[in-house]
Amino acid sequence: MGTAEARLKAALFTNANPSPLRRIDARTKLAALLIFLIPLSTTVSWRAYLLYALCLFAAAIFARLPLPKLLLRAAAVLPFSAALTLFVWWSRGAAAALPLLAKSYLSTLAVAIVMAATPLPEMARALEWAKVPSILVLVLQFLYRYLWVTAVQTQAMTLAARSRAGKTSSPRAQFRAAAGSLGVLFARSSERAEGIYQAMLARGFNGRFPALALQRFQLRDAAFLLLAGITPLAIRFCT
Amino acid sequence: MPVPIIEVKALRYRYPDGTLALDGVDFHLDPGETVALLGANGSGKTTFAFHLNGLLSGEGSVIVAGHALTGISAANLSVVRSRVGLVFQDADEQLFLPTVLEDVAFGPANLGDSQEVAREKAIAVLQQVGLSAVLDKAPYHLSAGEKRRAALAGVLAMEPEVLVLDEPTTSLDPPGQRDLVKLLRELPQAKILVTHDVEFAAALATRAVFFEHGKVAGEGSVPDIVQRFCWNRF
Repeated sequence: MGTAEARLKAALFTNANPSPLRRIDARTKLAALLIFLIPLSTTVSWRAYLLYALCLFAAAIFARLPLPKLLLRAAAVLPFSAALTLFVWWSRGAAAALPLLAKSYLSTLAVAIVMAATPLPEMARALEWAKVPSILVLVLQFLYRYLWVTAVQTQAMTLAARSRAGKTSSPRAQFRAAAGSLGVLFARSSERAEGIYQAMLARGFNGRFPALALQRFQLRDAAFLLLAGITPLAIRFCT
Repeated sequence: MPVPIIEVKALRYRYPDGTLALDGVDFHLDPGETVALLGANGSGKTTFAFHLNGLLSGEGSVIVAGHALTGISAANLSVVRSRVGLVFQDADEQLFLPTVLEDVAFGPANLGDSQEVAREKAIAVLQQVGLSAVLDKAPYHLSAGEKRRAALAGVLAMEPEVLVLDEPTTSLDPPGQRDLVKLLRELPQAKILVTHDVEFAAALATRAVFFEHGKVAGEGSVPDIVQRFCWNRF
């Protein structure tokens, strides 16, 4: 496996050790996530935000996921929510604005943990089960598949470029080469994606990914759902 | 005289950029027969193979297991795709689901088999091709030979009557090629081998068809065709 593929695997946590949270039914995790997000979105208490954050840290540990990486990943939402926060600060003051920032960060962290602890095919099945429009689920699955396609193409092109790399080229020439190869990368990825689609059609693809059996809802899933449901509600109403 | 399982008459296909890829191809395949398609790169072999599965549609007549592919309905196209299994040149294009088992079950599930039946068929076929140890592995972690066999399994699980294999020996080492020949010999289906590998073609095919500039330039046994078109390697 090459560097780009390995990086993508690390980014998607597909290398993560099997953890208790990974073994929980994807539908249960999806339901728990929704239950968590509703009280969070209606809370205006910094003490509660701290407790929600502690719950999420516990979930990340339960899922054996690298917490610093997850915290950093959730920060990706900050530029967007910061813009909204500034707008609200300007119109309604800091007391109304800052909770928005906290809530958007904690929501993103919760989604990041659930996604990292759930293989995408299982999540797709859970989304289908939750009656999410199949076109959205399909787009999600294609996006995931084509991420790998692009990673493999990047890897092949990087190797080819490195094998012929000289030390004399100027930064400007290197930049021009990189910009040019980005275009080629997308053209190649698109060509490969077309090939994959044809291979899917050849095997009778009719617009829907067939799923093998869904996981069975077990006692551990019920216990998890109970715990994950009661805790945020308790935080919401007791703080 | 057996009724051909595939009968193609005067097939013509032009790519959207104007390139004439097939120019009046006539072809037939009898049940159980193995035919090698030989010819230079760009001579139209793969384009022709894509017509047999309904991926491309040109002028002329293509009849597969009694179904004419011109103006075929979606339901009948699905039947044709179950009868003619196409194994792509690049196995990576064919293997796109997260695990080998899911990928192999993709075809039968698309054809309407229940989850359990699709799963059972996939397990049986993976056993047949010697991949029962890698059911839950990600396809991109397999070796080139294993990928090739997994791609073949994905098509065999659909229980086709004809196998069309596009450059099946690409990126296989000699032991991998030997294993593939052994496996293909054991399969009862009629086969079309699109290949540059003359030894491979000679090991399996009873007849060879030579493509040149989108036309069938010659037909005969593999050694005859190789001699007629100077198609030996050295």
